[in-house]
Amino acid sequence: MTSPLLQVRDLKVHFQVRAGGIFFGTYLPLKAVDGLSFDLSAGETLGIVGESGCGKSTLGRAILQLLPATSGTVAWLGKDLTALDRAELKAHRRHMQIVFQDPLASLDPRMTAGDIIAEPLRNFETGLSSAAIKAKVREMMEQVGLLPSMVNRYPHEFSGGQCQRIGIARAMILKPKLVVCDEPVSALDVSIRAQVINLLMDFQRALNISMLFISHDLSVVRHISRRVMVLYLGRVMELADRDAIYGKPRHPYTQALILAVPIPDPDKERAKPRVLVAGDLPSPLDPPSGCVFRTRCPRATEICARAVPVLESAGVGHEVACHHWRD
Amino acid sequence: MSASVLDLRNLSVRFTTPDGDVAAVSELSLSVGKGECLGIVGESGSGKSQTFLAAMGLLAHNGHAVGEAIFGGVNLVAADESTLNGLRGDKLAMIFQDPMTSLTPHMKVGHQLTEVLVRHRNLKSTAARDRAIAMLRRVQIPEPERRFEMYPHELSGGLRQRVMIAMALLCGPELIIADEPTTALDVTIQAQILDLIRRAKEELGTAVILITHDLGVVAGMADRVAVMYAGRIVELGDVHQIFNAPQHPYTKGLLACTPRLDDATASALVTIPGQPPNLQRLPKGCAYHPRCQNVMDRCRAEKPPLMSAGGGGLKACFLENFGRFQAGAVVP
Repeated sequence: MTSPLLQVRDLKVHFQVRAGGIFFGTYLPLKAVDGLSFDLSAGETLGIVGESGCGKSTLGRAILQLLPATSGTVAWLGKDLTALDRAELKAHRRHMQIVFQDPLASLDPRMTAGDIIAEPLRNFETGLSSAAIKAKVREMMEQVGLLPSMVNRYPHEFSGGQCQRIGIARAMILKPKLVVCDEPVSALDVSIRAQVINLLMDFQRALNISMLFISHDLSVVRHISRRVMVLYLGRVMELADRDAIYGKPRHPYTQALILAVPIPDPDKERAKPRVLVAGDLPSPLDPPSGCVFRTRCPRATEICARAVPVLESAGVGHEVACHHWRD
Repeated sequence: MSASVLDLRNLSVRFTTPDGDVAAVSELSLSVGKGECLGIVGESGSGKSQTFLAAMGLLAHNGHAVGEAIFGGVNLVAADESTLNGLRGDKLAMIFQDPMTSLTPHMKVGHQLTEVLVRHRNLKSTAARDRAIAMLRRVQIPEPERRFEMYPHELSGGLRQRVMIAMALLCGPELIIADEPTTALDVTIQAQILDLIRRAKEELGTAVILITHDLGVVAGMADRVAVMYAGRIVELGDVHQIFNAPQHPYTKGLLACTPRLDDATASALVTIPGQPPNLQRLPKGCAYHPRCQNVMDRCRAEKPPLMSAGGGGLKACFLENFGRFQAGAVVP
């Protein structure tokens, strides 16, 4: 077992949200990420799934230090990133890249595709001649499936799928060690989505990238991840290898999520037990006591309101935070 | 075959833009039976939404529809605004993707619901209030009396969509057109909303047109499915036939390139090369031919009409004996 590239320990990201009152309003803590711990090894893809407001995007940003952590550590090759100053952090940034959800909004509309893809090189490889940069950009565009002749076009001249290819080229051009993909295919059409997923998986294998793949789409996450972490209201519900999560989910929330995903097969989809998760996501400003999922959980009992379930081992590399996972 | 509720005949939709005309929908014919759920599948720009916005008389100002959309003996395309207003919200209801933009932000939920009943059923306000609250309860909104007094922004996305469904069901419509009703929602909420729509169909016998890009949603809900590409239907058939034995290469490609929750393999996904065509510069012949792996000379020259695909289905493709689709198989 190689030592993990990334070690996240008890990471918390809390926001202060103004509640009522214009002048003397009080501030409530919104615990977007509340005590997450996990490791990521080189070349591993960890899928992070959960519904809106579960903290999956905040987690990705906090790991890349794009958002300040409230407490906890994010160790990169043994070095705590949260303790570094700006200059030290910048040296690490070239190894850590992000691909965003909205392909058009994440590209500067006034820069050409070529300039966007070249920007990381200009920031981190200042010794390169402009001819060398041009050559690298050309090569990168070919790799992501864009015609190099499009180098002088602006983002609005590209389709959504092509814009996402530009975003991927920008993220991959420095051959990063860690890439956070935040819903990279959610805005794309079905036929384009498959192309972009394949592209990301090709890069991941070729460069042996560690990837955090954040998505609400459990089907896509199953396809791309080696391990999967299920979040709910800022906490880990379950963390396990892909096949364990999908084959033997232990947490009632994971089970409910998987059952809720429609399968494109009328026979299977109609034969599925129709168990619905009741109710709505509770307000993250006023999360339930004890287990945060208990208000919607079919198995909730009195202990769930009293005690916060800790992550327990339910098998090799399989962790569950539920009082009743054995039942 | 039961009588049809909505009959589209040669419906075309064009948009006039500064860059020239865009043919969003071309000569589309389709009918929906009583109590039937018809799934409309397609990617962005396939015309799946514009077809039914045109039928509802809700096209943007630069849009223009020709052809017929017969609903209860009335051609909706040619009908005047007051006829349409009499039907919409009464016999003909619509649910949109984003409930925040389809509810009026400055009106209380209750007022928006009772307005429908006062307008279409001439109810007094107290009677309307009772009916509206009963409907909110029926769509499983907790504390309906309290929600009745709330503004849309005070509700979650799932609750807002429930309000939209309650509004759609208030007058007992014959047809609900649901345009991506669950796309903006989380999966657990999506399952709740789909269940509501399914119950409306089963208990009230309402016909449903379900427009979506999500093949999984269609597989669970639809009786028949129409697959659209570049403003035309490329395949139409029974849901089992569409999913188990698709007869059009595009349908087959769409199914193959969708990652499935029940698929444990991590091999590369099958892809459809290229991207959907620009509607202003549609390729000659079959619009799908530049992306089709089974393309023949004829496809580049002639537009394939909808023809029998066996099993009661229709396809717009010249290929004959297109093989049975096997899950996970690579598209030839």
